[in-house]
Amino acid sequence: MLSRTSILRVVSKLLIPPIGLYALYVQFHGDFGPGGGFQAGVIFATVFILYALIFGVTNARLVAPSWLTRAMLASGVLLYAGVGVASMLMGGDFLDYSQLATDPIAGQHLGITLIEFGVGITVAGAMITIFLIFDGRIRVDDDDEDG
Amino acid sequence: MVVTAYALVQIRSLFAVAMMSGIYSLLAASLYLVMDAVDVAFTEAAVGAGISTVLMLGTLALTTRMEKVTHKPGLTPLLIVVATGALLIYATFDMPPYGDPAAPIHNGVSARFIERSGEEVGPPNIVTSVLASYRGYDTLGEVTVIFTAAVGVMALIGRGRSRRRKKSDDPEAPNT
Repeated sequence: MLSRTSILRVVSKLLIPPIGLYALYVQFHGDFGPGGGFQAGVIFATVFILYALIFGVTNARLVAPSWLTRAMLASGVLLYAGVGVASMLMGGDFLDYSQLATDPIAGQHLGITLIEFGVGITVAGAMITIFLIFDGRIRVDDDDEDG
Repeated sequence: MVVTAYALVQIRSLFAVAMMSGIYSLLAASLYLVMDAVDVAFTEAAVGAGISTVLMLGTLALTTRMEKVTHKPGLTPLLIVVATGALLIYATFDMPPYGDPAAPIHNGVSARFIERSGEEVGPPNIVTSVLASYRGYDTLGEVTVIFTAAVGVMALIGRGRSRRRKKSDDPEAPNT
């Protein structure tokens, strides 16, 4: 039903790219302005869910198949913990980013960027996965009622 | 916000309740914005007003649209709610005024964070330094919680995946 409403389609087509861009801005500019991985991940998931609502979940699944969102979900946590382990291997404590580069500030910067990216991936993956599962569940019930 | 909350309790149509809770979250987001917590504000706007409303609508599609009317809620719940509310309001009398620099929360480690985070960690945004570096363990824990939540949803209602995908991938495609 929603896919036939042309106003919604046009407006969301206009809005989706800026929202996605804003998510990336929040992700990588979190050191300087407000924001960070969590917010960026949520905004990114919002883009995806808006697309799915307007253009149909079937199309959205082509963009982000469930294996991809699950991989995002796990790889973010792994990236975060991996940065911790890496800093441990390089002679510091767990999550001590100063060890990641020769200059402690550069190391901190690299570490924070990486873990924020990990947070963003996991949050976006989690939100999209939950949304897709709800949608899939609805379809299973519909199929059961039909057949 | 009070009006919205009252409407939430009174309305029986769960569809309207989902919408109202979205409005409530949006109002909460503007409140955070007024209190200068921009990052919290847009998290609330995106999660509370956006995604959770969508998820609630999804749940409605799975269950039923109208709330079951239960008659005569007893006196005990009311008493408990009033007592808890009174206790919370009593507790706010002890809170320092908003933005008071002498508040206990500003006398702990935060002064050190504000002074030294620039040279120790680098980013001009101290919130990021605190969350990602000084409190790195906590943030790792939070990410793990989110991961666990998604895995939990998968385990609870994500059953029969392969069967469903075969069925649902081909229909509805000409719909768009």
